[in-house]
Amino acid sequence: MQVLYGRHHVRVFRFGLRLVRDEQVAEDLISEVFLDVWRQAGKFEGRSAVSTWLLAITRFKALSALRRRKDVELDDEAANAIEDSSDDPEVAVQKKDTSDALRKCLTSLSADHREIVDLVYYHEKSVEEVAEIVGIPENTVKTRLFYARKKLAELLKAAGIERGWP
Amino acid sequence: MMAASKIMLDQEPSEIELLLPWHAAGTLNPRDARRVEEALARDPELAKQYAVIREEYAGTIALNESLGAPSARAMTKLFAAIDGEPARHPSRSLSLSTRVSEFFASLSPRTLAWSASLGALALLLQAAVIGAVLVKSQSASFQTASLSMNQPITRDLGGAATTPPRALVRFAPDARVADITALLDSYQASIVDGAKGGMFRLQFGSRPMSKDEITGLMNKLQSEKIVSLAVATP
Repeated sequence: MQVLYGRHHVRVFRFGLRLVRDEQVAEDLISEVFLDVWRQAGKFEGRSAVSTWLLAITRFKALSALRRRKDVELDDEAANAIEDSSDDPEVAVQKKDTSDALRKCLTSLSADHREIVDLVYYHEKSVEEVAEIVGIPENTVKTRLFYARKKLAELLKAAGIERGWP
Repeated sequence: MMAASKIMLDQEPSEIELLLPWHAAGTLNPRDARRVEEALARDPELAKQYAVIREEYAGTIALNESLGAPSARAMTKLFAAIDGEPARHPSRSLSLSTRVSEFFASLSPRTLAWSASLGALALLLQAAVIGAVLVKSQSASFQTASLSMNQPITRDLGGAATTPPRALVRFAPDARVADITALLDSYQASIVDGAKGGMFRLQFGSRPMSKDEITGLMNKLQSEKIVSLAVATP
């Protein structure tokens, strides 16, 4: 368990943190995830990568934690509002820092869009693996990421950054 | 020829267009990767979109890498919870290897130590006998040379300063080991972790650098033929 934890806990933490947006909750989350793994180790059939299995459990736990938190909603408006309170994309543009604006806009995406962007780009999951983790058909995985990217482009455009697409 | 990209966004995206993010992440199967490469070569609009995707890819990695790691509290909590779990009774339908492992696990440390010592002694005796026989019967001797391919490609720079810059780097699929080694030498870089998901974590030199220096270094690295992605990390 120590080896498994040592190898995967940072990525599990980061995936959870991007979903729940609270470090304390994300830390509690990883304890719960690995405790579940400890309890259910016999059920792991080895058909998918361990990291895929861990991320699927993390996602389930994160969504449960979000449902428990009455003050946080999963819709886009609430997600945007939370980010807008700190440093919005316009401010980042004033700083003439495009990469910073890109980060802000990536953070401003809805929970559904954030998770798919992270799973594909950061956790480097294939279409099939994302479908398994999120529990949606493979074609939906592809179109959801496309529309997440489109939303990201809209946010950047609103912040005055044109990237030549769309 | 019909372009693979769709200029009008009210149209449905093409199949190739949908696969671009996975191509950037290097997670497509060889067949799809080839299809995407061919489409990119003949469609400039698609290539433009792909360049945007690579920016998003690098930005997402940089964002996640900046999130840090959990505190020790999470691990303490986990192992305290595991200690509090009731003892588990494994099922009887176990493989031979599992049962052998279980047998050794069931022995006390003292018994195990004695068994290991006896085993080691028996091996030494056996080796001594074989050695004596060989020395007696063999007149010529020979030497073999071997190259270990299991060693990681690392360079010990020694006396590292506080925080030299680091970056996540993905090498081009056709990059040869000799090219990578030459690149590491020219940048005074060492591989400190990898290859997770095809990305290597490199450390450059032994002294900290300013933000501008790091940006310059990343730009230079990114322009290398054998480097497909370079992202600075904390």
